[in-house]
Amino acid sequence: MSSTLLVSTRKGLFTVGRTMAGTWEIQGVSFLGDNVTLALADARSGTWFAALDHGHFGVKLHRSKDRGATWEEVGVPVYPDPPEGVEEIDSMGRVVPWKLKLIWSLEPGLASQPGLLWCGTIPGGLFYSEDDGSTWTMVRTLWEEPRRKLWNGGGADFPGIHSICVDPRDGNKVTVGVSCGGVWQTTDRGISWACRADGMRAEYMPPDRAFDPDIQDPHRVVQCPSGPDVFWAQHHNGIFRSTDGCRRWEEITEVSPSVFGFAVVVHPDDPEIAWFVPSIKDERRVPVGGAVVVTRTRDGGRSFETLREGLPQTHAYDLVYRHALDIDRSGSRLAFGSTTGSLWVTENGGDSWLTVSTQLPPIYAVHFVA
Amino acid sequence: MPRVVFTGNLQRHISCPPCTVRGGTAREALDAAFELYPGSRGYVLDEHGTLRAHMVVFVDGQAISDRRSLSDAVGENAEVFVMQALSGG
Repeated sequence: MSSTLLVSTRKGLFTVGRTMAGTWEIQGVSFLGDNVTLALADARSGTWFAALDHGHFGVKLHRSKDRGATWEEVGVPVYPDPPEGVEEIDSMGRVVPWKLKLIWSLEPGLASQPGLLWCGTIPGGLFYSEDDGSTWTMVRTLWEEPRRKLWNGGGADFPGIHSICVDPRDGNKVTVGVSCGGVWQTTDRGISWACRADGMRAEYMPPDRAFDPDIQDPHRVVQCPSGPDVFWAQHHNGIFRSTDGCRRWEEITEVSPSVFGFAVVVHPDDPEIAWFVPSIKDERRVPVGGAVVVTRTRDGGRSFETLREGLPQTHAYDLVYRHALDIDRSGSRLAFGSTTGSLWVTENGGDSWLTVSTQLPPIYAVHFVA
Repeated sequence: MPRVVFTGNLQRHISCPPCTVRGGTAREALDAAFELYPGSRGYVLDEHGTLRAHMVVFVDGQAISDRRSLSDAVGENAEVFVMQALSGG
């Protein structure tokens, strides 16, 4: 079981640990005052990574080999020069910048692929590193895929890759989630790609385009490590599941109190069990009734429980972003953090929750150190 | 020789004290300064060598006009200030 959490916030990267007494407390902070958008602890090497967005000074990536005691700045994904005299215009009429705006996902390759990391970015880029993050190479096949130009920004101005699932059976098979651009999959480590969002439904589109795979907005896509043909997606207007490796998605509609949210995690040892953190809906992004709850299914989405013990049930307006819910390797410990700086941990699969803090800076991502 | 001064806000992320360099344009002067302080380039310029959107370079008190190629002339004794543009309140 994991006893350490990396919490990426608007004003630093906080290390949260479990005490001997069984409580969880903030035990350290790196980059205090800086905008840390994402962190990764690579279980293969023990190396930690922190992505920062300095605004004026750009996006940076730092690496620590001593659990956050010291950090070194490493390379960031670099976009190619756009063709001379050609501007890429998106469907909203905006010029798409071929420049790094945000590191939006960071995932390790398999244990058999030491040093390999994947990185998803805004705008719409997928990159890999074969030297533990020192240098990065763009996956040009996906960037040059003509259907990429159908992608649109979701909450951000430009589309981005927020989810990267490396198949535990075959490290060349990689599935990525795009807001808004559906789910894309390669089986040959990026030589070719297929859009795998059939069955997803976009309520926000005209009815005759609602099932277009390219315009779907999966907020977060996760793959079950022990049942890797099963994927869960928290989508902009609902919850979807695939049991056949993303060839077909099924919508799950009967979820109380809401099907809207950003985050989802799946139990590492049971593809039937998944957790979500709902809000009212897209145009009102606060918990239903001012009560923070987690929804959990144990039967593949046929039924859901609403978990609320230990969570604030009155006048709580916490929103949980897509990377701000995580589960440890045991499947019993989960943690989530909110835009209003609250952080909760459970040690019993969500039956009850412990409050770690209610006054952190806005939380972007929560990640268990394996 | 031109003198290049980086904003104090940048010093928190990377050490780049004032320096004297060779160069007849903003690009040449900045390239020389970036050479002295490896890693500083990416904080001021983007991946295509263009001045970052919220950065500004002053040469003898005047903001440069060519933010893309940085071709503005820099005199023998010029002061080149690399600043962050203020936005918000």
